[in-house]
Amino acid sequence: MNIPKNLQYTKSHEWVKFEGETAAEIGLTDYAQHELGDLVFVNLPEAEDTVTAGETFSDVESVKAVSDVYSPVTGTVEEVNSELLDAPEKINEDPYEAWLVKVKDITAKEELLSSDEYEKFVEEEKAGQKEQ
Amino acid sequence: MCRKTPLYETHVRSGGKMVPFAGWTLPVQYETGVVREHMAVREKCGIFDVSHMGEILLKGEDAVENLNRILTNDYTTMDVGRARYSPVCNENGGCVDDLIVYKEAENLYFIVVNAANKDKDFAWIKGHIEGNVTCEDISDETAQIALQGPEAERILKKIASDAAIPAKYYHAVFNTQAGGIACMISRTGYTGEDGFELYCKSPDAPALWDKLMKAGEEFGLIPCGLGARDTLRLEAAMPLYGHEMDDTVTPLEAGLGFAVKMGKENFIGQHKMISAPERMRIGLKVTGRGIVREKEELKLPGQDTAIGFTTSGTFAPYLKYPIAMALVKKDSVKPGDIVMADVRGREVECEVVPIPFYKRKK
Repeated sequence: MNIPKNLQYTKSHEWVKFEGETAAEIGLTDYAQHELGDLVFVNLPEAEDTVTAGETFSDVESVKAVSDVYSPVTGTVEEVNSELLDAPEKINEDPYEAWLVKVKDITAKEELLSSDEYEKFVEEEKAGQKEQ
Repeated sequence: MCRKTPLYETHVRSGGKMVPFAGWTLPVQYETGVVREHMAVREKCGIFDVSHMGEILLKGEDAVENLNRILTNDYTTMDVGRARYSPVCNENGGCVDDLIVYKEAENLYFIVVNAANKDKDFAWIKGHIEGNVTCEDISDETAQIALQGPEAERILKKIASDAAIPAKYYHAVFNTQAGGIACMISRTGYTGEDGFELYCKSPDAPALWDKLMKAGEEFGLIPCGLGARDTLRLEAAMPLYGHEMDDTVTPLEAGLGFAVKMGKENFIGQHKMISAPERMRIGLKVTGRGIVREKEELKLPGQDTAIGFTTSGTFAPYLKYPIAMALVKKDSVKPGDIVMADVRGREVECEVVPIPFYKRKK
């Protein structure tokens, strides 16, 4: 389970890479892509759309199901990774390279986890699943 | 509470991602993932645990008469070792299930039913049989393994004699062996590829699975889960009970008229199918952006009233585009027409296409 130390994480399994205080890249974690399985479709917002911390801004589809992606920050979409529209499997292949959106003018953010905190969170999730 | 098939430990050891399905715990996929498993079946071979399905034995002099009265297909003329598909209808013509009947011997029929409907089907059959016939639920003692793909026969030939292997589709060999393990071998499947379904005693399933895996290794055989099972059957436009038909859909509406013999004297639901069906099953290729799934409303472009709804849908890994099947008003559309699907509030354009979406090369 890959959890790069230089990123921050949400409990809904997105990663955030800040560039200064008001800009960031957002993507899905290795744990998320593994749980989702082969991704076959990605729905992305458009440049200049607003995103709000804690709310969905995108969804991804595996063969079996659709999953919402939540924004860790409030801001404006600067750029979307249009490569993913034709090649959603890049998220599976390289989740930390396959950013979904770049956000600018960030005014708020969700409670974010450090890589250690996220690792612990994922361990607890996995343990919880095994009990089922 | 989920039941385990005899192959549970095998799946866990192989890295299967276990999920609940119809009251059973089964792998939806392995580490390979749905897409690779699907492609393995189309290009080489895949092996599936289908032990959760139900098996019922029908025995007695009046077996054929009962089959003909309870099922829609005709079982009057059938050689030993043949298999024949049929829907089962209720008094309203709606489907109770769809199943396959094998003639194991004179007055002895081996019936395979959907896992989700096993108890319902057994009670239905038991409640409707008359005369000199008995039915027995042998599901718990019976395991089933499916071997599907262009390499299936080559793999099976490594552990079974030519006499044990049915030569033609919808034929079976009873009381035979594969890898020294007693089994019935059927040339049937739910993938649209050539392949086999092997039925053995539950305790023998792990050994039979291992023998097949070993024999198939050089041909690229991999274990496949429920996810691939669904995408494969959908590409082949094979109906799934609970989707393309249920107790409110007649087999004629579901496009299963080939298995409904209206000329029979009498069968349950027959009188409800005398008039032409009001709905029909169609295939859709998604031409817009999005994946169309089940229970999504369909409308003609620019119109407000729905013509029907989708019954199954997914991204087709071999065809590489999203496909769906739907139940719509009869004659409301024909292949080539455009319909709009409501996908979570967004309109996605689809083209009506003939089914099956995929047909294997002979």
